[in-house]
Amino acid sequence: MTDRAEIAAFRFGFGLPLDGPAGPDDLLAQLTGPDQAARRWPAYGVAEVIPVMQVLREARRMAAEAPGDKAAKKAQRRAVKAGGALAVTGAKAALARAVGGPAFRERMVRFWADHFTVVPRSRTERAWPAALVEDAIRPHVAGRFGDMLQAVMTHPAMLIYLDQAQSLGPNSRRGAKRGKGLNENLARELLELHTLGVGAGYRQEDVRQLAELLTGLTVVPDRGFAFDPGRVEPGPETVLGVEYGGDGLEAVLAALQDLALRPETARHVAGKLAVHFVSDGPDPALVAAIEAAWTASGGDLAAVAAALVGHDAAWGPEAAKARQPFDFVAAALRALGLSGDDIMAMAEGPFLRADPDPMAEMGQPWQGAGGPDGWPEAAGDWITPQGMAARITWAMEVPGRLVTPLPEAAEVAARALGGRLSGRLEWAVGAAESRREALGLVLAAPEFNRR
Amino acid sequence: MDRRHFLRGLGGAACSAAAHPLMTTMSFAEGAGLGDNRLVVVILRGAMDGLDVVQPRGDGSFAHARPGLALAPALDLDGFFQLHAGLSGLMPLWQAGELGLVHATSTPYRDKRSHFDGQDLLEAGTADGAGGRDGWLNRLLQAVPGVTAETAYAVGREGMLILSGAAPTRSWAPDQRLALSGQGRLLLDHVAHDDALFREAVGEALVLTEGQAGSGTVGDEVDGLVDFTAERLRGAARIASFSLTGWDTHKGQEKALRRPLERLGRVVTRMKGQLGPEVWGRTVLLAMTEFGRTLRENGSGGTDHGTGGAMLAAGGAVRGGRVLGLWPGLTEADLYARRDLMPTSDLRDWAAQALAGLYGLDRAVLEGAVFPGLRMAAERGLIL
Repeated sequence: MTDRAEIAAFRFGFGLPLDGPAGPDDLLAQLTGPDQAARRWPAYGVAEVIPVMQVLREARRMAAEAPGDKAAKKAQRRAVKAGGALAVTGAKAALARAVGGPAFRERMVRFWADHFTVVPRSRTERAWPAALVEDAIRPHVAGRFGDMLQAVMTHPAMLIYLDQAQSLGPNSRRGAKRGKGLNENLARELLELHTLGVGAGYRQEDVRQLAELLTGLTVVPDRGFAFDPGRVEPGPETVLGVEYGGDGLEAVLAALQDLALRPETARHVAGKLAVHFVSDGPDPALVAAIEAAWTASGGDLAAVAAALVGHDAAWGPEAAKARQPFDFVAAALRALGLSGDDIMAMAEGPFLRADPDPMAEMGQPWQGAGGPDGWPEAAGDWITPQGMAARITWAMEVPGRLVTPLPEAAEVAARALGGRLSGRLEWAVGAAESRREALGLVLAAPEFNRR
Repeated sequence: MDRRHFLRGLGGAACSAAAHPLMTTMSFAEGAGLGDNRLVVVILRGAMDGLDVVQPRGDGSFAHARPGLALAPALDLDGFFQLHAGLSGLMPLWQAGELGLVHATSTPYRDKRSHFDGQDLLEAGTADGAGGRDGWLNRLLQAVPGVTAETAYAVGREGMLILSGAAPTRSWAPDQRLALSGQGRLLLDHVAHDDALFREAVGEALVLTEGQAGSGTVGDEVDGLVDFTAERLRGAARIASFSLTGWDTHKGQEKALRRPLERLGRVVTRMKGQLGPEVWGRTVLLAMTEFGRTLRENGSGGTDHGTGGAMLAAGGAVRGGRVLGLWPGLTEADLYARRDLMPTSDLRDWAAQALAGLYGLDRAVLEGAVFPGLRMAAERGLIL
């Protein structure tokens, strides 16, 4: 195995063993090819969440009419449970796809899922985040950023999470009637996190104008996304010096496409990509190359990815990053020889104890980022005493529950680490008293946790 | 915002699933086909130093080869052998004839002295590791009609090859936090050493988990395991197996061996108490290890991987109070490869004798199916 193939496996995938060649062109082919992983290990989208929301809404209506009504409580419990079951399916599919690959596409999906972080704020919202990924992110990872942005900003998951569903134009028909008004949350995060970046030169007035422009985007329990003209703030809005007239959805979509093409957006996301995949302090030349590809292609994410994996600075030998807990679990399962089918076949309890529960201990509860800015990137944010204790516990305990008999630690080390296996680890694997601890050392070692 | 909602919701489901006793490593087998007798096999992982546990103080070469270790106080057994003081809790059993010790024994494993290969062979019960990956206790179950999954249990979190195979068995692990042996902790420190970020995090992580492993009482470590096992054996189970670690004493052995011996002693005495007189009277507990350790003490007050070692047999069904096996002597010419205690018996033979005595299995089954290739010696009188 060449050094470059190993770098590709760790930096752009979920580790060794590789499923096939992993040069820049091969990685791009993983991104642009047919999405077989989604078909093979299906998740769900908004169409599956809506029926759950309908039951919930009905339960709330019943409870409002007859407080303490038992049937209402039962219906509510049923809806919460159904949403939870969907969420587990989504978590399983995400892990199965990461384990089963193609890995670079799944890494990109996770990157964008983090870029457009959505966190459930109650038990009733647990099913939403995976639906956003399935409906709005996956289809666009090799498409245009503007299209992804439009899909995300018109998805119920995002509209609910960042309060857009409640926002009303103060002078809109409904707003005037209810005396309620604008909610700037989504507009602000859209500029600060999703497009321009916090350092860009936008002003509070731009946030305000964008918030007014976004009015009308809302969620209807029975249908999901809806554009409600009754909520639209009348009149044109000016965002970053561009006037958007007309009070229809078209103006919103046009503004989103414009934001996607702004040079600040290209710079912001290019930097994030380089930081996420390569280094917490990436080579400025790499960032510039990604930014240039973004600009030249109009935000074509395949071209952007090509610039990332095609740049020499993305192939430096140093494994400077730490695998985030999701990557750690996926990489460990691959190292143990599990397949995507194995993950999907797991019963709920064992799955939860192998993935979401330990991920939370490692500092990354599934769908549980602290806010819309997603997870931190720095290695030091993950390799903490608490996080490391959780990784060690996983490494020592979980493999034995999933694989019988346990594979030979030396073989796993060779398969999962290739040329990265250090003399220290090789020696320790031989010196361990039990196969379980030897294998645990491999998975807890720095070279397995770096990428 | 409460980021824990998602997990809390999922957690409810996890709890109910967690109640299923379907997980890891003490291995138990049920009564129908095996009658009333019970067998517990304890695998001592890491290579227990038989020469330190059952010390041949009467052998003139012993003290010379172990200038440090042979000075520690020990308990007289029969005028020739002395028991390590760490097992003093077992002396009443010895005096009551419920503890037998087998010396200078080993599996057919030779020369490479790898823990994992050695443990594999110990648990597979074959002569050379050939054949499929199943264990000798499982092949025993396959040979007995009327056995159910409740008959045999693997207890604890180590994988138990000894019970894996075609016959159904149960496994269960007591709910404990991070189970990392003292040696595992040292190795982890070693592995993380060259990466400053990991070195620091691992160091503190090990301190964080200190309270969860290693620093509690011995009772915290083994009582759950023993109590669960005993409960099963009082019920339908007839066979159980689990592991005890901590035996790889390359340095500072005098101190390093204390804790594992204390654990082993407690496992035996608590097992007796938990089983009660009637079941204990029908029980044999065999504690066996992958190989012994070098005769000579090394430069760090420890011993290195060797060959011949010792096995413990405890229980009301044991004819104890004796050190069994042919003593080979410790002069240079007596040693295996001029360094290790020479094995004078096949450890599998003792196990086969126990199975014959407990379950009436005939020689053809024992030599053909359970321990393929074994030639059993004449009746050794291990079992009452």
